Amino acid sequence: MRVLAAMSGGVDSAVAAALAVEAGHEVVGVHMALSRNREQFRAGSRGCCSIEDAGDARRAADVLGIPYYVWDLSERFEDTVVADFLSEYEAGRTPNPCVRCNEHIKFEALLDKATALGFDAVATGHYAQVVTREVAVAGPDGEAVTRTVRELHRSPNDAKDQSYVLAVMGQERLARSIFPLGGFASKDEVRAEAERRGLSVSNKPDSYDICFVSDGDTQGFLKARLGARTGEIVDTEGEVLGEHEGAYAFTVGQRKGLSLGRPAADGKPRYVLEVEPVSNRVVVGPAELLTVDRIEGDRSVWLADDVLAAAGWEPAQAGPVPDGAASAQVSGWFDASVQVRAHGAPVPARVRAVVGQADDGAADGARTEVELTGETLRGVAAGQSLVVYQGTRVIGQSTVQRAYRAQRAASAAR
Amino acid sequence: MTATPAEPSHGAYLDHAATTPMSPAALEAFVAELTQTGNPSSLHAAGRAARRVVEESREAVAAALGARPSEVIFTAGGTESDNLAIKGLFWGRRTTEPHRRRILVSAVEHHAVLDPAFWMAEHTGAEIVLLPVDDAGRLDLDALRAELAAKGDEVALISVMWANNEVGTIQPVQEVVQIARPYGIPVHSDAVQAVGQVPVDFAASGLDALTLTGHKLGGPMGVGALVAKRGLPLTPVLHGGGQERGVRSGTLDTPAIRAFAVAVTEAVAGRAERAEHLASLRDDLVRGVRAAVPDAVLRGPDPLADPSLRLPGNAHFTFPGSEGDSLLYLLDSAGVQTSTGSACQAGVPQPSHVLLAMGVSEEDARGALRFSLGATSTPDDVARLLDALPQVVARAQAAGLASSARPGASPRTRPTATTGRPA
Repeated sequence: MRVLAAMSGGVDSAVAAALAVEAGHEVVGVHMALSRNREQFRAGSRGCCSIEDAGDARRAADVLGIPYYVWDLSERFEDTVVADFLSEYEAGRTPNPCVRCNEHIKFEALLDKATALGFDAVATGHYAQVVTREVAVAGPDGEAVTRTVRELHRSPNDAKDQSYVLAVMGQERLARSIFPLGGFASKDEVRAEAERRGLSVSNKPDSYDICFVSDGDTQGFLKARLGARTGEIVDTEGEVLGEHEGAYAFTVGQRKGLSLGRPAADGKPRYVLEVEPVSNRVVVGPAELLTVDRIEGDRSVWLADDVLAAAGWEPAQAGPVPDGAASAQVSGWFDASVQVRAHGAPVPARVRAVVGQADDGAADGARTEVELTGETLRGVAAGQSLVVYQGTRVIGQSTVQRAYRAQRAASAAR
Repeated sequence: MTATPAEPSHGAYLDHAATTPMSPAALEAFVAELTQTGNPSSLHAAGRAARRVVEESREAVAAALGARPSEVIFTAGGTESDNLAIKGLFWGRRTTEPHRRRILVSAVEHHAVLDPAFWMAEHTGAEIVLLPVDDAGRLDLDALRAELAAKGDEVALISVMWANNEVGTIQPVQEVVQIARPYGIPVHSDAVQAVGQVPVDFAASGLDALTLTGHKLGGPMGVGALVAKRGLPLTPVLHGGGQERGVRSGTLDTPAIRAFAVAVTEAVAGRAERAEHLASLRDDLVRGVRAAVPDAVLRGPDPLADPSLRLPGNAHFTFPGSEGDSLLYLLDSAGVQTSTGSACQAGVPQPSHVLLAMGVSEEDARGALRFSLGATSTPDDVARLLDALPQVVARAQAAGLASSARPGASPRTRPTATTGRPA
């Protein structure tokens, strides 16, 4: 295969490229330039976007003996990932820019350009596994044909597993992606592989923070880009407790940085319960009001047709819903687990897929409804990515639209 | 050990404007001199031997360019020569005539001229005037006349390149000199791309300073010269041991200087014959590209209409709907090495300031590709390019469409079908 290896300059993508070369593919390394104003040197844990990182990627490509190019995707990145980041915070939601980058940049802009240029697949250094199996399905004339089903699974390396941020790519893009690090159980193994091949990035520190917030100060970044907008901090009764400089800087579940002058009557810590963008108000209250047992997501992407089919989702039934259609199409409930944060633990749930108008008239048709059946979750904010799993397998991904307070907690609070 | 220059590696090399293969004679001189010991500034026998090599080289370079030996200042290449010319002339002039603060440069200069000029503006109170060019990249002489008529007594220096590195346009340098003369303004020209391609005679040009470099004419990298009239007020940029009449300190690089002189001599001596060969290959290339890709747009003067306005080895096109870096990659993987022609920032090609100055839109400028031929170019190189080009352009256009798709334009995977329909 002709494989484009996305090379950030870090150790993971360098080893992924090396493994693609050793698997016999014809590999070309590409570094994505995601900002026009890049820092000369890497700073702290933001290890992907400096000119020094581009140089590290080039050296890794030299060592592997593969061609290397830099593609300028900065405009696209600004128009999608950064714009989404700002508008989501502005709307009182909590976005995950890494998910949007995978959706719009790595597995759209990069992948589509690669495909157009004649590449068969893009290889990245993500920790996740693709499992393929053959299934018999009915052909157009009712005959049995074999189809390859690709399943996305968690990495055996729990600490590094990135299936959560990859789920958004959907099935078709999964078929054009390879994750050579999928089977690695630890980062140390990957570093050892890098060292064994003489890749100088073997000791490079991991990157964690949001790559385009160069100093790691997200609130400062939001304030600089969105401007200060003074508003009120209120409790659930509407009593004003303090002021803020922009509701967008708050996240549901946040405790620090509220700067409230006086303590709550019961002396318990207060958390952000709601961010109201229109009134520019931030509602705070006790932790128990953050408990959630029902979640609705929109912009859903499914990666497991067989699971949906088993839940009664028939292809004929699931055609596009005409505008103004009164009723939604709904799959049956199926058991799964859901995860709402990159490094959060999955919790048991029953899940169903819905296409069509939501009860409240929500615009996007591809929704996911989740009822937690075991543990509850705390502080689920709109905008977060919700990923549905069965065991290690990714079933689908959705963006949290609404989270409902658990009834028992809500009544306890009253 | 006898070194022989390798063939320009990996297939058809159509990027001589970036760097040329070393000529066998230059390489031989280079290697021979590397075996010698002696600092040209030393007074003993070994030093004298090295000094002799440097001075013979200086005479050779001067003779090839119609200059006097004392006018040749050896440097580490084109960028250093340009920096010395811009900064050295500005500072040199400022002592006697501090009111002369304006630096006039053409809008299509190489960054080695533009960036020192802008640096001077930021740090030393200079004012930059970018002189406009026409749609073929040729300097607008009326704009220069108007500028000098208005503020000629405030101008410290003028710098206009002999020939453009991207689109190959030959500039009216002699007219610039004539226009500037009554105002007493020194004129510098970056002739890095011109020497060995078109006739360059320093004395006849009337220029005050001229830049050339080794690796664009069959010599080694890291060596070049600024040819500067005697008596020209040039403040040094590099200070130290006082070599090169105090204008350019630093131990003279005897092997590189000798090889450079051999290359300059050879390039100038064989110029007419080589230029004819290059022009004929280049014209085939231009005709071939037009036939293969009818919507490709030739940028710069049309050599088939008037060959005297363009470097003989240069062709430059924009390919609508394609991105230059896609074209470059696809041709590279087909064994044809080209360039987008413009400066990179950490590997990212920027829309060319030369094309923008010529009135090309930013979108069209993204599809630029330069083909530059040199002494080792063959009809085979051109044939390889023309073979690969139609498919390469079709592919790059498809990739251009893919990457220009706006967010939201691509269908999102929805649970509306279970058959894995391609998005």
